[in-house]
Amino acid sequence: MAVSLAAVGAGLAVIGAGIGIGKIGGSATEAMARQPEFAGKIQGAMLIAAGMVEGAALLAIIVAILEIFV
Amino acid sequence: MKNFFLKSIALLILLVFSSNLTASEGGGQSNSEEKNVNIGELIGHHTSDSHDYIIEIPFFHYTLHLPVILWTDKGLSVFSSGKFQGDNEGKVVVTDKKGNRFVKIHEVIYYADKVKDTHHPNVFDFDSRPLDFSFTRNALAILFVFILLIVIIHFTRKAYNNPHKLPRGIAGFIEPVILFIRDEIAIPNIGPKKYEKYMPYLLSVFFFILLSNLIGLIPFAPFGHNITGNIMVTFVLALFTFILTTIGGNKHYWKHIFNPPVPYILKPIMVVVEVLGMFIKPFALMVRLFANMFAGHTSLISLVALIFIFGSVLVAPVSGLFYVFISFIKILVVFLQAYIFTILSALFIGLAVEEHEEHEHRTA
Repeated sequence: MAVSLAAVGAGLAVIGAGIGIGKIGGSATEAMARQPEFAGKIQGAMLIAAGMVEGAALLAIIVAILEIFV
Repeated sequence: MKNFFLKSIALLILLVFSSNLTASEGGGQSNSEEKNVNIGELIGHHTSDSHDYIIEIPFFHYTLHLPVILWTDKGLSVFSSGKFQGDNEGKVVVTDKKGNRFVKIHEVIYYADKVKDTHHPNVFDFDSRPLDFSFTRNALAILFVFILLIVIIHFTRKAYNNPHKLPRGIAGFIEPVILFIRDEIAIPNIGPKKYEKYMPYLLSVFFFILLSNLIGLIPFAPFGHNITGNIMVTFVLALFTFILTTIGGNKHYWKHIFNPPVPYILKPIMVVVEVLGMFIKPFALMVRLFANMFAGHTSLISLVALIFIFGSVLVAPVSGLFYVFISFIKILVVFLQAYIFTILSALFIGLAVEEHEEHEHRTA
């Protein structure tokens, strides 16, 4: 069984992204349920935060890709 | 009427995204001499920069050889990339007028005498490479984005010529975007007194990133170039933000970096952290945009490459459906990344130029 550490690292990074974005989505929908009149602003903030978390996870993916080529 | 319009737009997007399945068939056929298609090479070929501009629509194949401009030890050397005759493995040696001999391996040009291993050359061995200022495919694509932007802005401007009529045409799409950038991004972050100086930069960055990303989504020529998926392009964009924050920083900004208001024991650590943060924030901007766009392109190409891996035609409809689905998600990612780059640039610029009138430093 050939284990490529790069692939394992990339998979772990996606776990982090999944947990992060799941929490953001959860609290965003809860806040929207409490105050429906602010749904637009909460959605905007949720998308920005999701973009940040994905950026952090993709940093790890880039390191994994670098390990293949260098 | 509106229903018909929406349906025709959806059908158009569907057709555009599915046309990639025909466009990349040409790439697959050229590799089919070997039974194993090298996926890494396919991905590299489609996402990295190249010295030729290849137009490949069904029934029409044209290769435009772009000029190669090199600065060698013996001076400037300019020739057409056609002299390499499509060779990417380092077998064709081009000799120019001054006597330099060059080979091209994986779209990078080396000195023929100094390259050590033609199968796995070291890209970072700068002694074996001349300085490459070539006008590559990405440069041509950026020029195309530039021309597209000029056309859009020209027609937007024309809509406001008559002050007694409402603006018609493409201004209806562009004006809400510009107002959004001014009211939601620039004024809250930079402040109502200083935002006007930075509006041109924010608008340029937003529209450039948006158009470059959208061009990467449409598969056929003259679109379909991977511009922001190239780390040098995003490096330059982040460099512009860094230069703006450094030049625009006023005394309070530098005071906070080199003399942060913390107890004396923590000051050495905090100075190091703040100086590092000054560089890491634009670095994160660069990597975020690059990684999102590069990962998007790579995943799309891998989906099509799945057909070649399995070697069976039954995978094609599944792969095609996934391709269209992921293209729709990528539209969201494209807009989001352009918006995030712009709002973070505005945030950094705002941090650098803000005045502290009623600022209290907490003591211990």
